[in-house]
Amino acid sequence: MKPAPLDILAPTSVAHALSLLVEHGDQARLIAGGQSLMPILAMRLAAPAILIDLNGIGALRGIHAQADGSVIIGALSRHRDLERSDLVAERLPLIAAAMPWVAHVQIRNRGTIGGSLAHADPAAELPALCLALGATLELHSPRGARHVAAADFFQGVFATERADDEMITAVHLPAASPGQRWAFIELARRHGDFALCGIALTADCSPIGQVLGARIVVFGVSDCAQRLPQLEAAIVGTTPTPTSIDQAMPALDQVEARSDHHASSEYRLELLATLARRALRQAFGFDERIAP
Amino acid sequence: MNPTREITLRVNGNTVRAVCETRITLLDFLRDQAGLTGTHAGCEHGVCGACTVQLDGESVRSCLLFAAQVSTGEITTVEGLAPAGSLTDLQRAFRRHHALQCGFCTPGMLMTADALLRESPNPDEAAVRAALSGNLCRCTGYQPIIEAVLDCAESRAEATLRADQRHAPTTSGGAA
Amino acid sequence: MNAPDRTGLGNAFEATASGTLTGAPIERVEDERFLTGAGCFTDDVRFEGMVHAAILRSSHAHARIRGIDCSAARALPGVLLVATAAEIGHAHKPIPIRLAPLPGLDRFLQPTIAADEVRYVGEPVAIVVATSRYIAEDALDLIETDYEELPAVTGIEQSIAGAALVHASVGTNVATQYPVGRGDAEQAFASAPYTRRERFRCHRHTGAPMETRGLVAEWNGSLMRVWGATKVPFFNRGLLASMFDLPETAVDMIETDIGGGFGIRGEFYPEDFLVPWASMQLGRPVKWIEDRREHLMAANHARETECELEIAMDHDGTIRGLRGRAMADLGAYVRTGGGVAISRLAQYLPGPYRITDFACEVMAVITNKTPVGTFRGPGRYEANFFRERLLDLACADLGLDPVAVREKNLIAKHEMPWPIGRLVPTEGEGAYDVGDFHSGLHKALAAIGYERLPRGGTRIDGWLHGVGVACFVESSGGGKSENARIIARTDGSFDIYSGVSTMGQGHETVFAQIAGDELGVPLDAFRVHHGSTAHVDYGWGTFHSRAIVVGGSAVKLAAAQLREQLDALAATGHVGAPAEDIEVKLRYDTRGPTYSYGTHVAHVAVDPETARVKVLAYVALEDVGRVMNPLLAHGQAVGGAVQGIGATFLDELRYDEAGQLLSGSYADYLMATSTEVPAVQAVLLEESPSPSNPLGAKGAGEGGIVATGGALANAVGDALAGYRLPLTTLPLSLDNLARALRQARAAGNAPQAGH
Repeated sequence: MKPAPLDILAPTSVAHALSLLVEHGDQARLIAGGQSLMPILAMRLAAPAILIDLNGIGALRGIHAQADGSVIIGALSRHRDLERSDLVAERLPLIAAAMPWVAHVQIRNRGTIGGSLAHADPAAELPALCLALGATLELHSPRGARHVAAADFFQGVFATERADDEMITAVHLPAASPGQRWAFIELARRHGDFALCGIALTADCSPIGQVLGARIVVFGVSDCAQRLPQLEAAIVGTTPTPTSIDQAMPALDQVEARSDHHASSEYRLELLATLARRALRQAFGFDERIAP
Repeated sequence: MNPTREITLRVNGNTVRAVCETRITLLDFLRDQAGLTGTHAGCEHGVCGACTVQLDGESVRSCLLFAAQVSTGEITTVEGLAPAGSLTDLQRAFRRHHALQCGFCTPGMLMTADALLRESPNPDEAAVRAALSGNLCRCTGYQPIIEAVLDCAESRAEATLRADQRHAPTTSGGAA
Repeated sequence: MNAPDRTGLGNAFEATASGTLTGAPIERVEDERFLTGAGCFTDDVRFEGMVHAAILRSSHAHARIRGIDCSAARALPGVLLVATAAEIGHAHKPIPIRLAPLPGLDRFLQPTIAADEVRYVGEPVAIVVATSRYIAEDALDLIETDYEELPAVTGIEQSIAGAALVHASVGTNVATQYPVGRGDAEQAFASAPYTRRERFRCHRHTGAPMETRGLVAEWNGSLMRVWGATKVPFFNRGLLASMFDLPETAVDMIETDIGGGFGIRGEFYPEDFLVPWASMQLGRPVKWIEDRREHLMAANHARETECELEIAMDHDGTIRGLRGRAMADLGAYVRTGGGVAISRLAQYLPGPYRITDFACEVMAVITNKTPVGTFRGPGRYEANFFRERLLDLACADLGLDPVAVREKNLIAKHEMPWPIGRLVPTEGEGAYDVGDFHSGLHKALAAIGYERLPRGGTRIDGWLHGVGVACFVESSGGGKSENARIIARTDGSFDIYSGVSTMGQGHETVFAQIAGDELGVPLDAFRVHHGSTAHVDYGWGTFHSRAIVVGGSAVKLAAAQLREQLDALAATGHVGAPAEDIEVKLRYDTRGPTYSYGTHVAHVAVDPETARVKVLAYVALEDVGRVMNPLLAHGQAVGGAVQGIGATFLDELRYDEAGQLLSGSYADYLMATSTEVPAVQAVLLEESPSPSNPLGAKGAGEGGIVATGGALANAVGDALAGYRLPLTTLPLSLDNLARALRQARAAGNAPQAGH
């Protein structure tokens, strides 16, 4: 299991990386943490002639607090940067809670947020977190920069809105409303494996606890992380109680579930119903002792 | 001609330089160019953890890195844990607890556990289990490995405590 | 009492009080090299001028080879050799059977390279040698193979039906079929007041040691040396020599450090011929290190079996008889140990119970999947799950307590030796030698605190709790003899040479402990050499938990002889080390296998909504006759149990209907990790030392895994008692368990409480 012959180019700026991407076209692939790409290369499922290694672009690594309460995370920030960040813990507790579920420590030490989003594995945590937090992705190409809402970015299995000449440079995470509720829950075959089903959610609430808006995201079940608008609608306007959450569950969206040798579509849909209910209960502080 | 280059790495405090194909993984560079065969190839696709080394003190999978990517970092392998002819307290704890049988996963386990204890000197059992979850072992059932890591952490904490007591300003007796 | 004993050892530590090395929890002499990265595993063997092999493997489950074009591969710079059956020749012999040559199996032997037809995904089609493994893999990509697909056989029933044949020339897919039994099962069933029949299935999985296979072969014109040998190097030497028409003395097999055995490693595989052959062609050392993807498709699979099993009982739980039909999927060819598991499965179906009337029809079939071999506890794990699960299902039917029914039926101590009849056609009559099965059961229950455990579906914080019990008996100490050679050196040190191999068990330490007690010298006086064909005249290797039982006994007797000679020397007034080396060579012949036994108890909690299972506590108890080194013996027991717990929930080699392997990477072949398994409590008893060998030892390497499937299935079944799940299929994966729960709900079998 050795990669096919390749060359590695190591730009030190975004502009340089983009010019290399244009120069080498479909001969080249970007590599950041490489924790998903390397196994693909080792198995020769892909054999790019050139890798453009982004790790030398120091400006892309960092987690930055903004005055408006939002946070900008550079695309080259490692999972472990997020896991250890006081700023993330304070402003983005959903991400802090989810990070230990991302693979294993050796992978998190190297894997990057930009790489995970660009790879768009249907069972990965970060795309779901971005959807649940209303994130915006910043992409750069020689044609300029643009911002794409996470909701528009993920399009299918390993398929995104990113054009061939673009790279993700940062993720913008808006400020949470005061008293925002959140939950993260996931079930995998083993700790650290990709999720068979996971839920990431945030809910904005009024001071008396009425839900004003919600983003409930499922991942691992279908081709990419997706929101559950009907369940969101059933929760918005309520002041959740265990009973009201149970009563909202019949509104759960029809999701097209994948089937593979780890889990049938029927099982994934059962998990979706169970985990969505548990995540809502957890988000609103109702005792849910079974932790998947 | 396949792309080739001279790669210079800092490994265990030494500089290792070799001309090799650009596609060579850090794992293969360490084993074949640096002659450090303590780092093992178990799966070569980033799951088993046998190839774990430290890059700037953090555990990483050397099969998931190209050697050409890490020329600015400090790499530590199992050979760099203790001076020749000696064992670290962690290695001794592994031996005491019979935390290895065939020994193939052991270097990766040690590199992961060593990094864990540096970052988190007093982990509980759940934290140790989580930290080691990316390192497969087929012999031991993990339990003695976990006991060894916890024992090592405990011993270090006790040693620190004793040192603190020795150096603490005396508040009674002769100080008056 | 002393401080809590974490190893749960009980009396084992008393041995140290008497001053002996054996019985003491001595740290291993092997460890230092492994802890510092100084071990020498196969891939660490390097020679000047060494080149690297890679194997082209079939991508089809069943196909005719119409042509192979190697021209582009041969033209690639750095490539030294590309060879297919056309170059290697059809004349070389197929790989013979080493163990369990059941009637009919020899019609399905594997050639060392596919010539006209490929029969499983992963079968060797060509070998490439290049200056690096990277370039060798580049060359594999350049070989063009033209296949004509043939129908693939992927299931046992499909294979038996025989509409498609894996080996057309043989005319059947049924490799062997024979009846075994004792007493009169038909009569027992005819008169029994209660019977229950179930069809069980055990999943295909494998040992998957951390180090893949590999070897380095060097032909110097007159001598073939092969590094990386293990398990049975002497047998493999004879085989390789015969394939090359060389005398055995022209082949040396040299053991390296070995990254785990578990049955899979060290058997003779196609590559064990191909790589030495390539070295002979090139006159250079050739290294081949299997990569993990190859390992999962090419090294032995194991365990895939089905069993229709029926039990006859009285209403009070007395077992009247057991009968069934056991079927194994052997894969595309019969390999060296292909018949071991199915023959042992049938042998161990009655287990430790007083079942005088037993009958089993045994059948093994050929399919278009990777050939099988042995995996730790071959046949025992499968049989134990089938029988122990059926016992619990019968108990549920009859409203009986599973522990009481086991107590009632276990063979009593005073009934030993207990004849088991002739249950393997290639062996004679057998008998369980000694044992107190009841004591094992009671001590296992006590160790887990059985009486206090929540069970039977008790709900705590949403989790349903259950406890499962499984009893087992298992043989060890096969391979009829072993050689040992000990040399007393003039500097006072000793060299011990043994014919056994080692894959991480710690024999270097234990053999020194055994010899140290005989000779009255400390551990560091010994150097232990093992596994290589240069050390002793012949060695029977390491399998069937025989290394201590047989190999250790040989060391003990050789050391005793050496002691006599040294004593005689001392009697002449000689003081200190001998003036000349003194050597003792000895062959120890066993009096047949010995039987260890025990009980496993599992406490689990199940989330019925997600099918998630947490193993909260696990006790693996085994009477191993005598514990040589409690540290190491516990390591074997805990490691075996965890391997079995993982296998029961996770490990699975899956194929699609076209015979494509779906579990070809570690992203898909899942094994236990540190977060998925409990702290296993291993309890080792020394209540029934073996009468068959001078150490009193019974094998300690495999009992840890044997009862895991049975105990866990029973525990999950107990937790989900309200759902009345049959749980007749392993693995207990999330998906399988969720399906079983779904079916129970659809059938109206779900309890109404809660969600």
